[in-house]
Amino acid sequence: MLLSASGLTKRYPGVLALDDVSIEIRGGEVHVVAGENGAGKSTLMHTLAGATTPDAGTLSIDGTEVRFRSPRDAQALGIRMIHQELNLVPDMTVAENVLLGSEPAHAGLIDRRQLANRTRAVLDRLGQRVLRADAIVGRLSLAARQITEIAKAVAADARIVIMDEPTAILAQEEAEALFTVIDQLRSNGVAIVYVSHRLDDMARLADRVTVLRDGRVVDSKPASELRRDDIVRLMIGRELAAGYPRASRPPGDALLSLENVSSGPVVDASLVLRRGEIVGVVGLVGSGRTELVRAVFGAARLAGGRMLLDGQPYAPRRPTDAIRAGVALLPEDRKRQGLILIAAIRENVSLTSIATFAHAGVIDRESETAAASRWVKTLAVRTPSIEIRAGQLSGGNQQKVVLARWMLANARLLLFDEPTRGIDVGAKAEIYALMRRLADDGAAILMVSSDLPEALGLSDRVLVMRNGRIVATLAGDAATPERIGPLMLGMAS
Amino acid sequence: MTTRVPTLTWQRAADYVLVVATVIEAAIFAAIAPGFGSVANLINIALSIAVTGILAVGMTAVIITGGIDLSVGSVVALTGTASAMAAAAVHSVPATAAIAIALMVGVLTGVLNGTFVAYLRVQPFIATLAMLTIARGAAFIISGGRSIGNLPASFGALGRSVPLGIPAPVYVLAVVAALGAFVLGRTTFGRHVYSTGGNPEASWLAGVDTQHVLWLVYVLNGLLAGLAGWTLASRLGAGVPNSGLQYELDVIAAVVVGGTSLAGGRGTIAGTLWGTLFIGVLTNGLNLANVDPYVQKIALGVVILIAAIGDRFAGRSSGGPGTGHGE
Repeated sequence: MLLSASGLTKRYPGVLALDDVSIEIRGGEVHVVAGENGAGKSTLMHTLAGATTPDAGTLSIDGTEVRFRSPRDAQALGIRMIHQELNLVPDMTVAENVLLGSEPAHAGLIDRRQLANRTRAVLDRLGQRVLRADAIVGRLSLAARQITEIAKAVAADARIVIMDEPTAILAQEEAEALFTVIDQLRSNGVAIVYVSHRLDDMARLADRVTVLRDGRVVDSKPASELRRDDIVRLMIGRELAAGYPRASRPPGDALLSLENVSSGPVVDASLVLRRGEIVGVVGLVGSGRTELVRAVFGAARLAGGRMLLDGQPYAPRRPTDAIRAGVALLPEDRKRQGLILIAAIRENVSLTSIATFAHAGVIDRESETAAASRWVKTLAVRTPSIEIRAGQLSGGNQQKVVLARWMLANARLLLFDEPTRGIDVGAKAEIYALMRRLADDGAAILMVSSDLPEALGLSDRVLVMRNGRIVATLAGDAATPERIGPLMLGMAS
Repeated sequence: MTTRVPTLTWQRAADYVLVVATVIEAAIFAAIAPGFGSVANLINIALSIAVTGILAVGMTAVIITGGIDLSVGSVVALTGTASAMAAAAVHSVPATAAIAIALMVGVLTGVLNGTFVAYLRVQPFIATLAMLTIARGAAFIISGGRSIGNLPASFGALGRSVPLGIPAPVYVLAVVAALGAFVLGRTTFGRHVYSTGGNPEASWLAGVDTQHVLWLVYVLNGLLAGLAGWTLASRLGAGVPNSGLQYELDVIAAVVVGGTSLAGGRGTIAGTLWGTLFIGVLTNGLNLANVDPYVQKIALGVVILIAAIGDRFAGRSSGGPGTGHGE
């Protein structure tokens, strides 16, 4: 056994991220760790790579117990993690990146020839004939950058390579190039821990699959003994059938219409969104989903087409214009785009409507506090006080704070981009219930989601996007993973 | 507010640390430095921090937005010189007109800084570094490199007046600080300054006109630099083109010692005033104690480092970077 972990437990405020997790990794094997968002995959990976210290449990390599205080400790023992946000220096060449920190040198001067040769040797071992050692990394495709990152691990004699959702940012044909490299690694005896919730990746690569749910291992088996629907069932568990609240009344009249809208990667998008309706937008990363909602919010320019809100022409040039019209965006990255983490919950909630609590520019703190408290209470944000910094809340509560902001601003069209990313299972159900309640109260919701069960479970209709176009609109029972999967990938018409 | 929240308590504690430190510092100097505790000397300290204090109020807002303004020292020289020249050119120009000239020139530099930073997206360090040298050059050009003295009595009358035994510049600082604290703490504009500094992208997506907020902060900082320039020139009774040298560094030091984070989003005028006072007392006390001026410089450096470390711990207790919280 190359690497084994037993009894790993890690608790974050409000979330038990890992609950007594044990896993065994063998050399020459691709071990897929599967699970939904929030299942504990990332925490497990970070623990194996030394970036997170578990509260309890042990790690051992070759049968000897080890303790990592930093990623450096793990690297010294041959464990390398390849992050989604690649740790490469974009302005340097492939060779400079691959041997970063261990450049061949004489008296401090880099030996360029040896640098190139060694990199070439590593790339050859990975079966990469095309990728040049002197290419500038910033100009490479995402797949080539990932391969560079892998080459970096190989050059450092990594015995265990941990990959975090590597195909999430890749197009289909790029993913195949990556898989070839992983095959090479495996045949060189390297252990690959591959985190993903993509069934296709698993079918293509996995020797062994461990499924996590709610921070626990629900099953761990050789891939040959697991069928696709087994994995889906294990990943999703009990909560697919229940948990998604349905509309309590038929939708009202149209609130938002898009007519042949183009913006950035979005081409010719037309849709109608009615009051009381939740419409899901699904598609691969890069299909234009986020850009579509950003265009509706005035955060991206329209290159063509037009929008109508309540039947009136609607052409927001900045978010402020959209907000005035009652449109809200709950962005995908709450920490970077949604919240002022160092500001109090109160300030985050009142930010958009602060002018309504002011006379001649002077804020009336009492009415501000009262209004913020009211929404914090209504949405059941779990916090001892609204004066706590937003950065101290768990993901689910942070999302509720952003939502409270828009409720206070009287938003009637809500654009959710990945509403439950990074939110634990219990809080997810609460967010779903809130979204449905808002829709039942007459709001219209457009929801981008990579979480297919969520998109299908919660939405009244689902739009499928591919390469910037809306390729299908499926209602109710027609929206099944079997129909949507091929549409997203472009394998069906 | 009856909150028992670690970070806020810590932050309040940090404010008091500076207050307590200033009191201890003053007590030590009262014991060892002859004449430190006299009323005349305390007034002297207040006068010595008046001009940097005015500048520090504006700089606090700039730093809360995550920016910096290196040009204030030069703008003090330029505006002081310009207002003195106006007074010299037309002897009938009343004192208020000289103030108006200083404020207008200050605003002009602020408009340029603000436009480059907010709308042309030049890094604040670079944009204001350019203004630092431009304003200094302009001060020398318009004055021909000489101090502008021999002014009508009205020019210096205000700056040198001592109502109720306290020099006028101290009143100017008091009014500016009170207004600054009010604007930052109580108005929608102030709230937007904090949110823009705390997270510009989230603020923009929440409907804050972050570019305008930034622009206005630099314009107001230029206005205050003009006010400080006039205050200094009026007190000196002359416009001096090489006055205000390195004021920007003293001002930034005071703001940082006062607990405002260079990372943006955090800081108060009260903290800045205490920071200014702490440094003013330090300089004055060390002078009276006959400490070598070069040693004084080292002492100031040590204070800045201690403040920076304090800021780091304050920042960490609020859940800083690197928690490795993946999911």
